[in-house]
Amino acid sequence: MRRFATERAKRLLFGSLLASRSPPSAFLCSSPPAAAAMDPAAGVVTVDTINPKVLKCEYAVRGEIVSHAQRLQQELQDKPGSHPFDEILYCNIGNPQSLGQQPVTFFREVLALCDHPSLLDKSETHALFSADAIARAWQILDVIPGRATGAYSHKLLIRQGIKGLRDAIAAGIADRDGFPANPDDIFLTDGASPAVHMMMQLLIRSEKDGILCPIPQYPLYSASIALHGGSLVPYYLDESTGWGLEISELKKQLEDARSKGITVRALVVINPGNPTGQVLAEENQREIVNFCKNEGLVLLADEVYQENIYVDDKKFNSFKKITRSMGYSDDEIPLVSFQSVSKGYYGECGKRGGYMEVTGFNAGVREQIYKVASVNLCSNISGQILASLVMNPPKVGDESYESFNAEKNGILSSLARRAKALEDAFNSLEGVSCNKAEGAMYLFPRLRLPQKAIAAAKAVNAAPDAFYARRLLDATGIVVVPGSGFGQVPGTWHVRCTILPQEDKIPAIISRLKAFHEAFMEEFRG
Amino acid sequence: MAYLIKSFFVLGVRVGFFDWISGIGGEGSPSGMAPKPLDYESLNENVKKVAYAVRGELYLRASELQKEGKKVIALCQAPFLLDDPNVGLLFPADAIDRAKHYLSLTSGGLGAYSDSRGLPGIRKEIAEFIGRRDGYHSDPELIYLTDGASKGVMQILNTIIRNENDGILVPVPQYPLYSATISLYGGSLVPYYLEEEANWGLDINHIRQSVAAAQMKGICVRALVIINPGNPTGQCLSEANLRELLKFCFQENIVLLADEVYQQNIYQDERPFISARKILLDMGPPISTEVQLVSFHTVSKGYWGECGQRGGYFEMTNLPAKTVDEIYKVASVSLSPNVPGQIFLGLMVNPPKPGDISYLKFAAESNAILESLKRRAHIMTDGFNSCRNVVCNFTEGAMYSFPQIRLPPKAIEAAKRAGKAPDVFYCLKLVEATGISTVPGSGFGQKEGVFHLRTTILPAEEEMPAIMDSFKKFNDEFMEQYEDYRGYSRM
Repeated sequence: MRRFATERAKRLLFGSLLASRSPPSAFLCSSPPAAAAMDPAAGVVTVDTINPKVLKCEYAVRGEIVSHAQRLQQELQDKPGSHPFDEILYCNIGNPQSLGQQPVTFFREVLALCDHPSLLDKSETHALFSADAIARAWQILDVIPGRATGAYSHKLLIRQGIKGLRDAIAAGIADRDGFPANPDDIFLTDGASPAVHMMMQLLIRSEKDGILCPIPQYPLYSASIALHGGSLVPYYLDESTGWGLEISELKKQLEDARSKGITVRALVVINPGNPTGQVLAEENQREIVNFCKNEGLVLLADEVYQENIYVDDKKFNSFKKITRSMGYSDDEIPLVSFQSVSKGYYGECGKRGGYMEVTGFNAGVREQIYKVASVNLCSNISGQILASLVMNPPKVGDESYESFNAEKNGILSSLARRAKALEDAFNSLEGVSCNKAEGAMYLFPRLRLPQKAIAAAKAVNAAPDAFYARRLLDATGIVVVPGSGFGQVPGTWHVRCTILPQEDKIPAIISRLKAFHEAFMEEFRG
Repeated sequence: MAYLIKSFFVLGVRVGFFDWISGIGGEGSPSGMAPKPLDYESLNENVKKVAYAVRGELYLRASELQKEGKKVIALCQAPFLLDDPNVGLLFPADAIDRAKHYLSLTSGGLGAYSDSRGLPGIRKEIAEFIGRRDGYHSDPELIYLTDGASKGVMQILNTIIRNENDGILVPVPQYPLYSATISLYGGSLVPYYLEEEANWGLDINHIRQSVAAAQMKGICVRALVIINPGNPTGQCLSEANLRELLKFCFQENIVLLADEVYQQNIYQDERPFISARKILLDMGPPISTEVQLVSFHTVSKGYWGECGQRGGYFEMTNLPAKTVDEIYKVASVSLSPNVPGQIFLGLMVNPPKPGDISYLKFAAESNAILESLKRRAHIMTDGFNSCRNVVCNFTEGAMYSFPQIRLPPKAIEAAKRAGKAPDVFYCLKLVEATGISTVPGSGFGQKEGVFHLRTTILPAEEEMPAIMDSFKKFNDEFMEQYEDYRGYSRM
């Protein structure tokens, strides 16, 4: 009865809005509370009436500052010379090939042959493609039912991706870790992001379910948790110890969340870190595994930067390897490991290739994972092929090995040099300190901004780091992401800058950055 | 029995029979945990082998058309080829031109994330395609590319569904992406039944009734899904239908979601494809300015059939700018749709035009494929209709046939004893006897006590007669066995 009365009241309120339409019934659909400002012409799907979780979700990597950059770029095109720079330099996103990084030749040869298999029947092909690329293409086409990249994955294996490719990936994982991998544990996805979404979908039942995430974090996690209606439980990385991960901090945050009635379900670890770049030490990783075991948490290991390591004293160890080397068997630790073709030395972002390796879950849960994966049929086949190539690159003795290795080392050593150059540059700026990028593709310098600047930011309703980033963009065309997009200790400010612009552009970037920063600090000197 | 065993799977049937058995929607699926007789390991080896063989054959028949597209992609994948003086030996001139064109639209080739909405140049080409198709200007800014149409559908439903009181009108039978997604996002599916006796026609009164019933339960009906041409039913909506639907959406303040992925698969002339957007605009204000519409399309169907590439888009009409921003925001979390799939979309909407080198060949090829599909639709429909206790509406469009199987009471009892839904039981018997794999109607929804199966019309034309013979033999023997010589008794 009460509901009916409320509905009638609302209907009276909006009655005039429906004047042009014959009312369907006495019931008006319930609208969210503050609907008084409802636009009569707005129809059903307005910001007031869409899924509130969509409103809650944010993703700074392609947020406001990027939209502004795109506007400036358009202005530069329409009116050259209208800004104090010639081009926009997108240092906001880990998109290497958009900034001139070349794709790995061997991978592209194989992909082209797989896309157009009739090439394999032509004699001229041998003049244009390397023999091992041709051989690999044959191998791949043999495991693709119908020898087409145009068909959906085999009907029985749609959810997970082509069996033969998963076999290859499992073999690659075993090679990497020294411990076996089961192809049936692998789910191929359109990049790692959809796999993360899938796990959040599965793990989050309500806002009472919490996921432990590093702060700073890659905002896919915060966005996905928001979209799925869960709670992000932050754990802070320690900037003073090179973004170290302390178990005591994990414990503290876990207990805190539990005391608030949150059921903490999983722990996200990004290794190497994004935006922070730190590579976990083995001992640290073992502590983390034990922590998860003791607290009954699913370990979500984002390992997409596993091939981006720039320091000699650190090595990438997959969490899978760590758990197995600790003696834990297949079913003891629920662990989901994410990998992607977008990073590393291959940087194939546009292909949308990736996978998750799912271990330690019971059969019933795995079935549910299959089910969720299958709603989207299958991931794109070029991406699947790339994932198998990334995990099985040319080996010593293969025809393409030398040139492949040269390309790979060229890219990685260049990334290491750029990381160092930009790190030094940031550290040379007044009030700025920047931890080393041990891995990944980013620098996350801390800005100690003068009071005046902070006040100026407040005056325009911007976070100080967003204010700084905007000024930087307007003065130099360089696009970075404000630290607030990743999370940071309250009262601290950062920006994330990629190390991806081509090496020959770096000196100019550094000098422009320095000039801007000096001017900025001068302007806001207290 | 020496088999000419064929599977009806491949391109058109997006999810196999076995997948439904393991639990996506539909009655008759065993509930979750028990070991399933249809686990892959325990399948008849012949069935496994056959599925492969058929798929292979179908690929080898793949059209010159698809190869043209693939050549362009191959060149885009390996742009170093474009610099090689010998490239002309392997690739025709127009493929080379197209590759250069599409590469120029990217910002860093196939390996770079594009704009989260898709490459602006491709969206522009799609807008132009829509403009040519419908006769109305289309705004590229309101066209978002996705990794297949399914992802787009999921994104839009996620935007609309707030809680379990939000209802989405879905045709029954439906393509189960809708039921699965609504379930995943915690909304309510509000079914409206298509009229099998009227060739799967859509009666607006059924929809009204469904809405009223839902509202009685406190459900707020937010959107109406139409699949045109239908899946699994194949029916094409008439202009009158579309007008009725749009008026209805206007009156009820409901978003129209038009799944039009089969728009290029039309097998009759009475009801050619007309897009929902065209009718919306034809109807003028207030409908043209107020009814909210999202239209979906894909590269996976038509005569291209590039399912594995995962290329799709949705076009938004009359959504407020702020809502579009929110949709953009969520799209950006996934960074970008895959670039090769985007290029396939460009190729699809920009086929060779009169005057282009490959135009005549293209026109001949695409016509041949569509004509063949039309003939296959007829062979299949007629074939099913010639079987005892089987009634089949003609496949007006899309890629499937959805015959009704009138199972005798004894068959239904036998199914019950075997612990299976009747249509599942029938389909299992069918595959065991003939190797023909189909999807039981329960996977798509059907009226209580009425059973169907879904097959595709995609097997090779010359093999169709043999396949239909095989089916008929099985079916008529099955009916003989279970009818007890008393003929069909009505449910």
